[in-house]
Amino acid sequence: MGCTAADVVAAVRAAAAVVQDHRDELVRLDQAIGDADHGENMKRGFTAVLSRLDTEPPDTPGKVLKLVATTLISTVGGAAGPLYGTAFLRASAAVGDAAELDRDTVARALQAALEGVFARGKAVVGDKTMVDALTPAVTAAASAEGTVAATLSAAADAAEEGASSTVPMVARKGRASYLGERSAGHMDPGARSTALLLRAFADAAAKA
Amino acid sequence: MTAAASVSRVGLVVVSHSAMLANGVAELALQMAPDVVVLPVGGTEEGGLGTDYGAVVEALADADAGAGVVVLYDLGSAKMTAEMAVESADDPSRYAVVDAPLVEGAVAAAVAAQGGAPLPDVASAAEGASGEAPVSAPTRPALHLVPDAVSAEVLLTNAVGLHARPAALLARTVAELDADVVVRYGAEEANAASVLALMGLSAPGGKSITVVATGKDAEEAVRRIEELAKRGFDD
Repeated sequence: MGCTAADVVAAVRAAAAVVQDHRDELVRLDQAIGDADHGENMKRGFTAVLSRLDTEPPDTPGKVLKLVATTLISTVGGAAGPLYGTAFLRASAAVGDAAELDRDTVARALQAALEGVFARGKAVVGDKTMVDALTPAVTAAASAEGTVAATLSAAADAAEEGASSTVPMVARKGRASYLGERSAGHMDPGARSTALLLRAFADAAAKA
Repeated sequence: MTAAASVSRVGLVVVSHSAMLANGVAELALQMAPDVVVLPVGGTEEGGLGTDYGAVVEALADADAGAGVVVLYDLGSAKMTAEMAVESADDPSRYAVVDAPLVEGAVAAAVAAQGGAPLPDVASAAEGASGEAPVSAPTRPALHLVPDAVSAEVLLTNAVGLHARPAALLARTVAELDADVVVRYGAEEANAASVLALMGLSAPGGKSITVVATGKDAEEAVRRIEELAKRGFDD
């Protein structure tokens, strides 16, 4: 009932498609409070991930996550590169050599990803960043019961709520923090992309 | 040449979202420190705004001549990229990502590196470069009251006084010697090891500064500064 490397690859491909579809939305969100490059950067990163999945298909879930990490780090070009890169790298380390991922492993991987984002970006809940989406997602995943798909679905629900919660926040990290009070009233693009990725993973797991 | 000439200097890597900005910062720093390796890494691989992780990793290796590398950055995500690149290195302790004002920090670090300072000192020089005016005399130790201090009034014979290049020359001269040197102008006093503090004195041409030195090479320090000023800082 676990996720194989092929399932994880399918989930990453689904995430890449979602990033592509939401490129303009992420650009718009980032235009309002940042440097307007988040949509394009994420698209570039995941496009590179797709082409590397084609040329060097990994044979364990951990290796898939590591491929995503190293590709995003070297191709994204914005803050999302080191942040998502570190998140996927820590998730990869957390799942180790496992051939299949069960729900506990997935929950642990999400927890590790969040710890990586904390370490890299030094943001906390309430700073109006991806941490505001990922933190409730990790909590929800930890207490979810049932399948991997149910776990990821609970995480995605929580991440979407978390992303919405960033709208009234005043940014304290990243480019948006230079806007001060003017950053309020807009959703954080990083929180939005985190919710999009988790939803894509959840939908892919439900189909697996 | 002396043995000192063969000792490698600390290198600098300037990580910016913009290639023009990184190049400009490197250009300024090199003007003050011609023998230091200062590598600009700006923009994405495609030439857009952003940071290029792979290029930073390469620059770290290229800038390290054996004494380590100080890494300066412009904005938060450049810092994260720099930190990841350092973590990926075989020996991360050879690299210091410093939280410093980019321009002043690069200039201060370059001058410290030019003078042969080791990695921790070059890093502190960058971090201490707040760009603020020098500390005014009364709050600093009164060096001129130290019994063995050597001091001299030095006339700035060049037109522009202690502007950037002369300040860098003066700081470099002092960095080579075993001496603590301060420069006073009016009520202000600056540590002569700090280019920015010297520039902050805003001492114009035609006016005199007071040089006060202590330590083994105190007399030599004062003599060399007098000589520099007499030559008009080669302006």
